Amino acid sequence: MPILLLVIVPFVVAAAVLAPGGRVGRGAFWVAALTMAGVLAVLLAGAPGILDGEVDQESLTWVGDLGLTLAFRVDGFGLFMAVIVSGIGLLVFTYSSAYFRGHHGGASRPDVGRIAGLLLAFGASMLGLVLANGFFTLFLFWELTSVTSFLLIGIDDRRVAARAAAQRALLVTGLGGLALLAGLVLLGQQSGTTTLSGLIANPPDGTITTVALVLVLTGAFAKSAQFPFHFWLPGAMAAPTPVSAYLHSATMVKAGIVLIARLAPAFATVGPWRPLVVGAGAASLLLGGFRALREQDAKLALAHGTVSQLGLLVILVGIGEPELTYAGTAMILAHALFKAALFLVVGIVDHQTNTRDMRRLAGLGRLLPGLAVIGGLAALSMAAVIPTFGFVAKEAGLHGLLELEGMGAGTVALVAVVLGSVLTVAYSVRIFDGVFLRGVATSTATGVRMEPAPIDPARVHHPRPTFLVSPAVLAALSVLFGLAAARVGEVIAEVAGSLDPKSADKHLVLWPGLGPALGISVATWVVGAATAEVLRRRSRGRDPRPVAATRVYAWCFDGLMRGARRVTGVVQSGSLPVYLGVILLTLLAGLGYGAAKGFPDWTDLPFADSGVEIVLAIATGALALAVIGARRRFTSALLVGGSGYGLALLFLAYGAPDLAVTQFLVETLIIVMFFLVLQHLPDRFRPPPSWAPKALRIGLSVAVGVMVTVFALAVTAGREAPSAGSDYVERSLDEAGGKNVVNVTLVDFRGFDTLGEITVLGVAAIGVVNLVGVARREQRRKRLLDGIDLSDPEALDSADRDARRRFRSIVLSTTSRGLAPMLAVVAVYVAARGHNAPGGGFAGGLILAAAVVLGYLAEGRRSFSPRRASPLLLVGVGLGIAVAVAVTPLLFGGTLLESAIWKVHPPVIGEVKLVSSALFDLGVMVLVTGVVLSALAAFVREPSDDAGASGSALEGAPGDPSREGVSG
Amino acid sequence: MSVVVALLVGVLASVGTWLILQHTLTRVVLGLGLFANAANLLVLAAGGPPAEAPIIGRDGPFNDPVPQALVLTSIVIGLAVITFLLAVAYRSWTIDGNDQVEDDIEDRRLAAEERARKGTRG
Repeated sequence: MPILLLVIVPFVVAAAVLAPGGRVGRGAFWVAALTMAGVLAVLLAGAPGILDGEVDQESLTWVGDLGLTLAFRVDGFGLFMAVIVSGIGLLVFTYSSAYFRGHHGGASRPDVGRIAGLLLAFGASMLGLVLANGFFTLFLFWELTSVTSFLLIGIDDRRVAARAAAQRALLVTGLGGLALLAGLVLLGQQSGTTTLSGLIANPPDGTITTVALVLVLTGAFAKSAQFPFHFWLPGAMAAPTPVSAYLHSATMVKAGIVLIARLAPAFATVGPWRPLVVGAGAASLLLGGFRALREQDAKLALAHGTVSQLGLLVILVGIGEPELTYAGTAMILAHALFKAALFLVVGIVDHQTNTRDMRRLAGLGRLLPGLAVIGGLAALSMAAVIPTFGFVAKEAGLHGLLELEGMGAGTVALVAVVLGSVLTVAYSVRIFDGVFLRGVATSTATGVRMEPAPIDPARVHHPRPTFLVSPAVLAALSVLFGLAAARVGEVIAEVAGSLDPKSADKHLVLWPGLGPALGISVATWVVGAATAEVLRRRSRGRDPRPVAATRVYAWCFDGLMRGARRVTGVVQSGSLPVYLGVILLTLLAGLGYGAAKGFPDWTDLPFADSGVEIVLAIATGALALAVIGARRRFTSALLVGGSGYGLALLFLAYGAPDLAVTQFLVETLIIVMFFLVLQHLPDRFRPPPSWAPKALRIGLSVAVGVMVTVFALAVTAGREAPSAGSDYVERSLDEAGGKNVVNVTLVDFRGFDTLGEITVLGVAAIGVVNLVGVARREQRRKRLLDGIDLSDPEALDSADRDARRRFRSIVLSTTSRGLAPMLAVVAVYVAARGHNAPGGGFAGGLILAAAVVLGYLAEGRRSFSPRRASPLLLVGVGLGIAVAVAVTPLLFGGTLLESAIWKVHPPVIGEVKLVSSALFDLGVMVLVTGVVLSALAAFVREPSDDAGASGSALEGAPGDPSREGVSG
Repeated sequence: MSVVVALLVGVLASVGTWLILQHTLTRVVLGLGLFANAANLLVLAAGGPPAEAPIIGRDGPFNDPVPQALVLTSIVIGLAVITFLLAVAYRSWTIDGNDQVEDDIEDRRLAAEERARKGTRG
């Protein structure tokens, strides 16, 4: 069986349906129905083999090293669930096509395509879930069903109630999913396997296994709406009715049942399993039954009934006895049939009368007799009345429970099931009576009870016959399977046999024979019907109060939000210096911890390596210290730049010419850039604000300096490892064809890092261009508001002349005119020779950019105008070249960034060696040029900046309130 | 690394910290630059004592090329970071006429609410 295709194809179709957005109409449901029909056909074609005991497995490795594979397995039970998912899916999709047709043939709602796509995606997730064998496959699809369920419940995203219900469902099932994941991880570690089949074949034991099972059960209970997590399910009824029928009655809420059914035969005897399963199941069974008797909304009553029925299923499949596992499997099918049918019937009622309130529907059965028959048959199966399939399954369950001897949990389960069955009969009668016959009593404003008035026939639109097909099929199957109990029982035996081999010899019968089980059934019918009648007579038709669990949930949720706000209020003070202070203190703590553990002896370290070093260090340090006293921005920038030059010389002394060159260029460009930006900013700093005592800031700064020094000494003195790069030196020439090992490291050995780095550069350039672009547009608008007309070409021209005059210097202009092209040649030369001598793409790019800057200083802004060629284009071209060089070897079966070396013999020059990584460096050069030019182009003062502003270039913006304060 | 270089690293880091703790974005940017310089020198000097540039054909012993490659990358990234921060400073200037690092108003609002709530309770 092509399991992977069965799961993937519906996803693909769902994506295709969702992709066009709102332009897809109701036809999408037919596409979805066809998809599900295909899945069903494949499943049924493979069914005979699977039911004979074959097992199909398929897997797709995802992260092999971590043991993460998409592992699927089709056995009898998997097939059974997949048939239910696809079969009900098929019926729900065909039904939806009619359901989402507008009233009176009007337009359908605009989001039908989305509903169809999401429903299909859910169906695909559910198929994956029931066929999953790997733990993480199971978890993945488990969460996918939660997510699609969330989206479908909240489909009316303008309604607050729908959003809240969707969030509640997601949080509860999602947190349950996390518990499940934790449990599965623990089980995987305990058992050494990550597949369900492997786990069940060799179940581990011990305390950790017990904890894991409790976690898994928590997840299953949350998903299957079991007490105390049951409250999300009634809220989920905010979804359109087909969604409720499919997800929240027939399939998704069965996910927990499926998991419990698979694990129970192996783990039912582990300590808390049976108490938990029977406890949660019984509580849900009774609680859901009681709630269903109080709701006035037929759909909500059905939802509470689902909680109740799911409780019954948890008990049956959870106890882990072969007879009960068998009965539970039959019950899963029975429930899927009758509950989906009832939801679809209520959906039709809602669609044709615009209400689901049982106080307003009295007498509907006479107007819609066909629908009433369908609903009646399904309700009979729900109430487990002979000869429906619900009866057959419930009888098998009662029979199994009666046979349990000496099990405390079994007695509790029996009592709960009997009481629950009474409630089930009662609410089945009540819902049918309420929707189709006498309605539910209502009360006047003064609280006097009164019988509901019969529904006005004019308000009831007769459904098309096609609308009834799906519920009719489901109701008919509920009865037919009951009549053919023996034959269906044989199939169920094969299905249950794959859960527990001992279930394989069980069978179903329509007539159980006179005995205690039948006696109990008859008693539940009588007592249940009588209860319904008594309650009806006493009912005053009030809406019930919200479930207590909902209030507990709300309390927890609010508490979480309050807690989050409190933590945010404390942790995020909103002040950058405070954040930085915390970071620096963490740095100090980390270094201090290292120092406290003792440091190596550094007395052997030389005071200085050379006299030059002392001079350079003093100069560099002094320039840096001078920044503290500087009061003008530009002075500060120049001092920092000077300190950077000193550092560049120190690099040279260390034997790092590449670094020295790069550092020189970078410091120069930073100064230029500061100069350009500072034209816009006030000249002097404001007096420092008093966010923290000066002493504290001084203390922090000195402490950081001392700690870093100590760290530097300790690192050097304590070093034991050999040079990291000696290997690179040996391989450089042979493997990468370059003599400059630093450059070869950048473009070859660690070329992938460089690729990442230049990408970051490109991103920074885009950021700069956009930030400044936005700022400029805003300023222009401000100036326009101030009354200066930017469209006046004369004003602009004179401003442009002013701007250029300011920078013009005859000497600079003359020299730079010749110097700039020469610099460009030098740049290319530096980049090209970088592979074998100091230089390379970074240095080349910076020099090229410097050449353009020089041109700008001499010529004014015309030497490069953003309008002529966007420097960002250079960034893209450079990155493109680098990526192309990196990827090309892949095309020839090589590895990423693998170097190719060619030797060519052009005349005159002799042999020239060409290395492909030199091209990579070319890309780096182009990109770096583009980045620097982008920034410069952004910061350069445009004529429009000056239009209307007069005076010094270093003056504050006009109208700036802080101007007075900064010019002194 | 020699004691002098270690001291220089400390001085650069110290002045860098001082500038970073200011409210003026221009100074913060310069502080980051100095701090980056300190880190670059630290990485290079921790790689080994001064030696010949690692270019094949020259007489060894060579200075370790790996820290050099790392620092070269760091210098260029530093340029990009400073450029970006300058753009932020410029943007800040166009918004409120200064390049002060303002407190995050939303965070401050939350913190103030928290204080107010505590005050009413206690």
